[in-house]
Amino acid sequence: MTHRFDLAEQGVRELNRALHAANGTARADAWHIVNPRGLHNVAVGLDCALDVTVEGHVGYYCAGMNQRARVTVLGNAGPGCAENMMSGLVRVKGSASQYAGATAHGGLLVIEGDASARCGISMKGVDIVVRGSIGHMSAFMAQSGRLVVCGDAGEALGDSIYEARLYVRGAVASLGADCIEKPMKDKHREELAQLLADAGIDDVDPDDFRRYGSARQLYNFKVDNADAY
Amino acid sequence: MPAKSKRKRRKGAAQPPVSPALRESASFPRAVIAEIQRAAASGIYDIRGFGAKRRVPCFDDLLFLGASMSRYPLEGYREKCDTAVTLGTRFASKPLELRIPITIAGMSFGALSGPAKEALGRGATLAGTSTTTGDGGMTPEEREHSALLVYQLLPSRYGMNPDDLRRADAIEVVVGQGAKPGGGGMLLGHKISDRVAAMRNLPKGIDQRSACRHPDWTGPDDLKIKIEELREITNWEKPVFIKIGAARSYYDTALAVKAGADVIVLDGMQGGTAATQDVFIEHVGIPTLPALRQAVEALRELDMHRKVQLVVSGGIRSGADVAKALAMGADAVSIGVGALIALGDNAPDFDAEYRALGSAAGFYDDWHEGRDPVGISTQDDALAARFDPIAGGRRLANYLNVLTLETQTLARACGKSRVHNLEPEDLVALTVEAAAMAKVPLAGTDWIPGQGSL
Repeated sequence: MTHRFDLAEQGVRELNRALHAANGTARADAWHIVNPRGLHNVAVGLDCALDVTVEGHVGYYCAGMNQRARVTVLGNAGPGCAENMMSGLVRVKGSASQYAGATAHGGLLVIEGDASARCGISMKGVDIVVRGSIGHMSAFMAQSGRLVVCGDAGEALGDSIYEARLYVRGAVASLGADCIEKPMKDKHREELAQLLADAGIDDVDPDDFRRYGSARQLYNFKVDNADAY
Repeated sequence: MPAKSKRKRRKGAAQPPVSPALRESASFPRAVIAEIQRAAASGIYDIRGFGAKRRVPCFDDLLFLGASMSRYPLEGYREKCDTAVTLGTRFASKPLELRIPITIAGMSFGALSGPAKEALGRGATLAGTSTTTGDGGMTPEEREHSALLVYQLLPSRYGMNPDDLRRADAIEVVVGQGAKPGGGGMLLGHKISDRVAAMRNLPKGIDQRSACRHPDWTGPDDLKIKIEELREITNWEKPVFIKIGAARSYYDTALAVKAGADVIVLDGMQGGTAATQDVFIEHVGIPTLPALRQAVEALRELDMHRKVQLVVSGGIRSGADVAKALAMGADAVSIGVGALIALGDNAPDFDAEYRALGSAAGFYDDWHEGRDPVGISTQDDALAARFDPIAGGRRLANYLNVLTLETQTLARACGKSRVHNLEPEDLVALTVEAAAMAKVPLAGTDWIPGQGSL
């Protein structure tokens, strides 16, 4: 079943209430949301395998805390897109502002344009694939999950990173505290190839990427590391 | 953390008595000397639990006038004195209804053992009030034993998930904490057990330092949008609290109202912590007394007093503290350290074991080390098993009942049939400092420093 929802006629509250009516069910309806006009909190708190397409730009926290749903934004996304996502797929056809995929625990976030600063901040298991480049302080305190960047990364990539794995194809402006380049082994090329395939990217060679992760030197406080803080 | 230095004295060698002519320095008393020696030996700042230990102007510096010729009191035990309070009347469709104006502050599973968290839930539920989760998320046991549970949204977002958000009775966005306004959480490696590590999605045994800023908003303008997101996810049912550490309390309160809070939780510098640098605990933030007055002023000026409820915490120990906080304009108080002491923290029965850790009953504050002999601030299964959550819950309920009875006693003495009818006019100050901070007159005068003359 396909639904059409016009945000010029009804508000975000009515939209989310309508979408939440399917939460916890096995429904897989398609929803087309028109006239989003940069509104905040579009399609947040979904817990159902709906297929939601937002036809335009969205503001803050689009698809926040998503569970199971597929949300596609045919435009740009404001700050905190797919923040704390648990599962499902969020795809932004344009670019995303700051904190895309912040603290997300699972699912896949695909950004076909660029992502701004702090992409994947405190990520906790989500996979993020960015077709373009990402801004500074991305993957700050990233705990787990994978971040794939087909373009360049800004300054202080992976500062204070824990166990997340970062793959960057282009230039990295600088690495943050305790983030180092690590060797690409076969298993890494395999997981990277799978992530690119999941994101629908087939014109990029996994061999062109470098891998970054934690040096694990700041996991326990040592006096001699004081100047790293 | 290195253990506190313990100098061993040779046994048998008779010590000559300390000469009364020896003079201890005011600038360098023995505790200061010991800290310099500790710093020189270890090279790291002192981390500890508990709250500020310095003396600050507090509710002890206020007195109630009571009823006499011009006011008549209510009969104790005979005339009703209502204590109920509802938190979250501004926007939430399901506000939090409490039987008493005393809640349990956020304390994490991780900082506290599972049985200790269970006891908090049992005690609060018996007394008709709420508990609060903490950094690390909600445990099923905690949800089961707390009839009313406030779920914290912290900068780390450890364990944050929409299912628990929907299961919660209220949501508390933690901006700051009185013990460390501007500081993040801290849980040192020895308390990161398998379960704590799994809940927080972190490697076992690391020193976990939570972020001090939220990852997806930076100020009141985008916090407003963040709160709307939380409301949208939970269909505008849950009250949303904003917790702030006492600092610029007038402006912080006004901004929390602007950001859309249903309830503001204001934590003074005496408020406790499980683990923070001593220098942070003792030197950042302002006491509960002036912070409360500033917050109430801000709410009154915005015509939001009693519409956005104010919960105050930090150094609440007795019904007198509760009654004075309510008289100054709070809607409820929150307790952390007091609740842990009621559970059994620092109990004299364990003095010998505290001494073996280099502390003593009444002084123990190394909650971050995870070696609590009572089984409260630990993740060691054997130590946690010592703690009986049913008996602990009963002790907490007793303590909450005493706080409530004491509060009612003072309210009746002032002629109030409802504890929330206490007002600043019922109060006087014992010191010039407290008079200035609370803006109530110095006892026996009509003088409030900064307002008019003697």
